[in-house]
Amino acid sequence: MPAYQSWGRYPPASHDLVVPIRWRHELPDLAALPSPMLAYGLGRSYGDSCLNRNGTLLVTDALDRVIAFDEKTGVLRCEAGASLAELQARLIPRGYFLPVIPGTKFVTVGGAVANDIHGKNHHLRGTFGCHVLRFELVRSDGTVLECSPDDNEELFRATIGGLGLTGLITWVELRAVRVASPFIDHETIRYHTLDDFFALSEDSDEGYEYTVAWVDTTARGHDTGRGLFMRGNHADPAHHKLPPIPKAKERSFPIDAPSWFLNKYTVKAFNALYYRKRFPPHIHEVVYQDPFFHPLDSVLHWNRMYGKRGFLQYQCVVPVGDGGAAIREILERIAASGLSSFLAVLKMFGDVESPGMLSFPQPGVTLALDFRFEAQRTLRLLDTLDDVTRGAGGRIYPAKDARMSPQSFDAYYPNWRAFAEFIDPKFSSSFWRRVTEGLQS
Amino acid sequence: MKKVMIIGATSAIAIEAAKVFASEGASLFLVARHPDKLRAVADDLRSRMAKVDTLVGDVNDFHEHEGAIAEADRSMGGIEGVLIAHGTLSDQQKCQEDVDEMLGEFSTNCLSFLSYLTHLGNYFEKRGAGCIAVITSVAGDRGRGSNYVYGAAKAAVTTFLGGLRNRLHKCGVSVVTIKPGFVDTPMTAAYEKGPLFASAESVGKGVYRAMIGGKNVVYLPWFWRGIMCGIRSMPEAVFKRMSL
Repeated sequence: MPAYQSWGRYPPASHDLVVPIRWRHELPDLAALPSPMLAYGLGRSYGDSCLNRNGTLLVTDALDRVIAFDEKTGVLRCEAGASLAELQARLIPRGYFLPVIPGTKFVTVGGAVANDIHGKNHHLRGTFGCHVLRFELVRSDGTVLECSPDDNEELFRATIGGLGLTGLITWVELRAVRVASPFIDHETIRYHTLDDFFALSEDSDEGYEYTVAWVDTTARGHDTGRGLFMRGNHADPAHHKLPPIPKAKERSFPIDAPSWFLNKYTVKAFNALYYRKRFPPHIHEVVYQDPFFHPLDSVLHWNRMYGKRGFLQYQCVVPVGDGGAAIREILERIAASGLSSFLAVLKMFGDVESPGMLSFPQPGVTLALDFRFEAQRTLRLLDTLDDVTRGAGGRIYPAKDARMSPQSFDAYYPNWRAFAEFIDPKFSSSFWRRVTEGLQS
Repeated sequence: MKKVMIIGATSAIAIEAAKVFASEGASLFLVARHPDKLRAVADDLRSRMAKVDTLVGDVNDFHEHEGAIAEADRSMGGIEGVLIAHGTLSDQQKCQEDVDEMLGEFSTNCLSFLSYLTHLGNYFEKRGAGCIAVITSVAGDRGRGSNYVYGAAKAAVTTFLGGLRNRLHKCGVSVVTIKPGFVDTPMTAAYEKGPLFASAESVGKGVYRAMIGGKNVVYLPWFWRGIMCGIRSMPEAVFKRMSL
């Protein structure tokens, strides 16, 4: 398999030209490079939004330096290829934290802006883009623009959540937040029904910085939506005796697993065990931030678990005005299909508005799932989930998509035509060509 | 090792070694040719808790070497370790066609090292402690048709270091010869990356360990010692027929 795939490794792609970018003062002449081009950071997007089949990739992972950090204000400026892991390593010893932390820390800050990522505190803090103060955008015609809510405001809003299509982001300035400690005082509560999940969310969203639930996708009928609800806050050293910051341990999933490794039986067994045995009904403990936010990061290359054919993610958000009927329908369709998801995450989004034009989060409940790629079987199931999501006025997350139809995209993001005005004429991606194919622009 | 001077500080291997020194809270004095790149590297290292001072200089300005060492000494209050990491991967074809090109490459990859090492040898001999680490290359272990100008320059530096190590051993100064194999850096950007390629990060960490450990000759990664032993032991009658 060629280098520069997406994290789900589906669809596979090859690129005609790969241009590493190492210095922000020594950028390649974009006007002279063949179109279409796209920035590629650490390749943690799941589907094809980080791919540019038969095109040019501008690889930014070496453009990873911190430019300045103001310890008084928490304002951090860094190059676009810096990983959130690297930023956290600088912020934590100084008493700061990134305002929004996704499920993996191995994403670049440029990718965090381009996908306007969210985390377990969306209900209070909104998306990553809400905390971006300014960034530099280099267009293929050679213009270099500083974008902020005050300067080049439209490009600022188009680039946040703009899937890398508006040009090359070279640096980003954001505001970090002061925290009581990098430890999380958290509870895990076993709950039995979807209504329990909504009740727990309602109770917790005000008093807890971080909330999320793991959901058992194999459960059916009355058990639909059962799972483990997790909520937490930064532990206050005045109330807890905190241990020193632990050293990171890294393990790696060594090889591609055979394609049967995660099948319906192993997943069902895992889900049942995780739900019943892993935890007592209610636990309360203080843990370091890393295992709380990034349990999967401790196993590098965990995507190999799904074998060479890769896997598909599906993350939707649907409004909850219907009392959760849509999300229940989605969970029931998954359980009935027999294609269970190894990891399924449920969370209530809040109503903090992002500046991003094409941002994914909207108020409602979001569900993230992953499925081993089993050709038509998996694709058909996800199409039926789209029917529900569309019907409910929801949408799905481009960073995790490899298969939605142009019609679905058009329904989910009706303002994409307005966004398209800001796309750099020499930039494109496999995702963008796929979801706009055949649509009237 | 808390006071480290790095020459060629914007090279990928030097940056990675510097990150490890920075994480230990070291003072660093960085010398490099491009002011913008040098500033970018220095700012990043500062965010990693290092105290950093910089000097813009071209290694081919030999007369500036002594002054650079004096400034590093002043800035950090003495130098405990030095890493020389600059270099260019010579265009062998151009060097064969153009004597000036060949001499220029030899100046950058050999003479500038010998000039710095002459001053540093005297500095550390007087000090009676410290570490001089230099990045040469496995290419210096045997001349090959495809890059013998680069290889010869590195071979001369390697031999010079052997002698310097012998001379400075008695006064407690370690001299570390570092021979990386293929490293994935801007220098090798044009090459197809095979399984023998190591990351700059792993090689940079190896450089740090070699300096701290006061090693003599280090191959990075380690398996190059075996590969080069095999290559050196090939009879010239066979070797000259090979296309390498």
